[in-house]
Amino acid sequence: MDIILPTAVLLLLILSALAPFIQQAQSQRAGWLMAILPAGLFLTLLGRLPAILAGQVFAYQLPWAERLGVTFSLYLDGLGLLFSLLILGIGALVLIYGGGYLHGHHQLGRFYAFILFFMAAMFGVVISDNALTLFVFWELTSISSFLLIGFDHEKEASRYAALQALLVTGGGGLAMLAGLVLLGQIGGSYEISQLNQLGDVLRNSPLFLPAFLLILAGALTKSAQYPFHFWLPGAMAAPTPVSAYLHSATMVKAGVYLLARLSPIFAGTAEWQVLVTGFGLATLLAGALLAIGQVDLKKLLAYTTVASLGTMVMLLGWGSDLTVKAAMLYLLAHALYKGALFLVAGAVDHETGSRDVSKLSGLRRSMPRTALAGGLAALSMAGLPPALGFIAKEVLYETTLAAQPVAGWLTAGALIGNAILVAVSGLVGLKPFIGKPGETPRHAHAAPLSLDLPPLLLASLGLLAGLMPMTLAAPLVQASAQAALLQPLKVKLALWHGLNPMLALSALTLALGAALYAGWRPVWELTARLRWLGRFGPAHAYQVGLENLRRFASWLTYRLQNGYLRFYLMTIILTTVALAGLAYLRGANEIILRNDWGTINFYEIVLGALIILAALTIIRTRSRLATIAIMGIVGYGLALIYLLYGAPDLAMIQFAIETLTVILFVLVVYRLPKFTRLTSPPARLADFLVAMTGGLLMTILTLIVTARPVVPHISEFFMQNALRLANGRNVVNVILVDFRAFDTLGEITVLALAGIGVYALIRLTIGRHEIIIPPAEKED
Amino acid sequence: MGSIILYLAARYLMPLLMVFSVFLLIRGHNEIGGGFVGGLVAAAAFILYAIANNVQAARRILRVQPRTLVAAGLLVALLSGLIGWLSGKPFMTGLWLKDPLPVIGKIGTPLMFDVGVYLVVIGVTLLIIFTLAED
Repeated sequence: MDIILPTAVLLLLILSALAPFIQQAQSQRAGWLMAILPAGLFLTLLGRLPAILAGQVFAYQLPWAERLGVTFSLYLDGLGLLFSLLILGIGALVLIYGGGYLHGHHQLGRFYAFILFFMAAMFGVVISDNALTLFVFWELTSISSFLLIGFDHEKEASRYAALQALLVTGGGGLAMLAGLVLLGQIGGSYEISQLNQLGDVLRNSPLFLPAFLLILAGALTKSAQYPFHFWLPGAMAAPTPVSAYLHSATMVKAGVYLLARLSPIFAGTAEWQVLVTGFGLATLLAGALLAIGQVDLKKLLAYTTVASLGTMVMLLGWGSDLTVKAAMLYLLAHALYKGALFLVAGAVDHETGSRDVSKLSGLRRSMPRTALAGGLAALSMAGLPPALGFIAKEVLYETTLAAQPVAGWLTAGALIGNAILVAVSGLVGLKPFIGKPGETPRHAHAAPLSLDLPPLLLASLGLLAGLMPMTLAAPLVQASAQAALLQPLKVKLALWHGLNPMLALSALTLALGAALYAGWRPVWELTARLRWLGRFGPAHAYQVGLENLRRFASWLTYRLQNGYLRFYLMTIILTTVALAGLAYLRGANEIILRNDWGTINFYEIVLGALIILAALTIIRTRSRLATIAIMGIVGYGLALIYLLYGAPDLAMIQFAIETLTVILFVLVVYRLPKFTRLTSPPARLADFLVAMTGGLLMTILTLIVTARPVVPHISEFFMQNALRLANGRNVVNVILVDFRAFDTLGEITVLALAGIGVYALIRLTIGRHEIIIPPAEKED
Repeated sequence: MGSIILYLAARYLMPLLMVFSVFLLIRGHNEIGGGFVGGLVAAAAFILYAIANNVQAARRILRVQPRTLVAAGLLVALLSGLIGWLSGKPFMTGLWLKDPLPVIGKIGTPLMFDVGVYLVVIGVTLLIIFTLAED
């Protein structure tokens, strides 16, 4: 049992709750102060690297809902460690950065709270062992992402993007839940570490393919893979630190994490290799090509993030030792440079008021530190030595060249993607800082330390890791690849691989990228003319689908909830009749009538006749008051029947209810319109038929139940045990407040809601004279 | 309204009805009665008072808002279930004090639950009827 893991999650959550108060008390230093916790956790976990490299695993278990197989079990291995370090390390930097970026924002405290909440959730995802625990954390990241994208909630675009991201990733998350449950059902355990050992059993099950496809849907939506990629550029509506943290360095990599984590189960099957590699390649190309058409710094970075995520998925899909290693290395390099570049873009935006890359230039004098960070990170993104990105790219080419029989396809895809990455790295990390100073909405001046330190740290770490790959990068890559493959592995990384095909490909990439960078303007104009193609893209399909869903929902609501009480009653009665009748017919029982009716007393006949007479009179009455009075006769008659047949509790309640009902009617009777017949004779005939079928059904049901007890009577149990188990002699009451108290709790809650509903209807009706036009008619 | 007979009758019936409703509530576990019917009787008492005087007067002697009663009732019912849960048994387990109290009799969480039902019923009934009568 390792207590550090749950404590870390808990501490992050506590800090999240306290964040707004800390922000109020220490408005200048809040970000720096709060960064201490993730930074400390980062160091704690880093200290475990040697043990984890040696094969040790840290685990923690807490029983949760054990009968359902849900344990709160956490588990830290190499894969989890790599992700945890990224989450906590970059998280600490983003807290510092956010304080500077949103300085003076009236909801900065809320920002800190959301970021820390996300940090806890994301950390939970990568250290969960139980599949359902993982799902819970997974959904929490979607929710915190929703809150952060919609941080500027006064802007409609933000709200739209937030909802879009939530619907896409949340929908995928639900599919993933179904897939995980299937896996758990096949394997008999929800612990991922155990499922990973059961690969053969799982693969031979007929449910394997559905489980795989469902989980894949979760991973693909979360990691913005084509055709679900569109939510990620939309998510750029979030403040830039959020984009850097969630939508480039950590959350969007959750899908990659899931694929890596479950690869011992899936990898090697043909479905996995074809689908995952295929989706990855498609995403790589789509992201890279779409990036060309952008001028917004953040959009450029977003689409290249899509491309990079595609690269990682493609590598994991291929699934050899080498590709998993390459994927982990690429992931590390990408998190370092892309996080830094986003932060640089944010600093530029913050100081100049513009993110338009075609207008920004010459900022190196006014923002030297930012320029340095941008340059260093761009070096890694472009895959130039001596940055870590260079090694990652070399290893990438090495693996695609070895991926027979599709080496040609993968290498060509990687080449196109990387060339565009080179061009974009120039546009984002270089172009804004060189040349003559351009016009910007705000006069450019140096960003504060809180905006410059985080990207500088990340970018120089990327450079140092490239210079000393065996010290800084190899241990993490080795630990994570070992955990994903479940077998020991030696990882050797070096800047200089000698003269080989990979180096030649690198040179070609660079040349292509440089050409694209030089001829960027004409290419951009060309793509601008192809904008109309977007109408056929998945983002448009999402929009149309959502609109139609809304239209359908409002149509359906208008049909079902049309405001006529008699229509509701009719629906309820007919549905009941149809369902109960169907169930009865399926059972193919003939009606057995009871033949011993016992002695029927005179007063029983009188009572029955009275009720029937009253009911018949009601439909002939033309006075509302008389109707109420006669309804009272029916009610009291029923109460008397209860009393005669030994249910004094029910009778008492019935009496009280009847009395209150009469009072209610008296209160409203003066406000009601004149009692007239509005319905036509055919409609009245239909009403008559509905009423008769309803009555008929109830009569038949009563006859069946009294004639032949279908189920052994549970009342026997209650009779015998009421006093012994529940200390009560009034069986009815004992059932209500003890045996079935849970039901009663539900019922009184419904009662309370109904009361609030009536109150709202009467008191809070807004604009009660306004006629509500149903949406279907408004269209015309 | 304004009938002197009703006014006087309500004045004397009101406390009687209230006592009766509490009596119903407490004896409910062993004899005929219970929180539901007790709540209805109590609500009827306030409604009678409201008819004899007016709704404002009835609200005054009720002292709290009906919706507060609803919320309080739900909370009491939920807490009665939590007591069992907190003592390590399943949620809603009935727990009883060993020795019966004078007058009231045995005390346990089911009785507390019934008090919750009683409060919710009074609250909802009065919420609806007061609102209708005032509007």
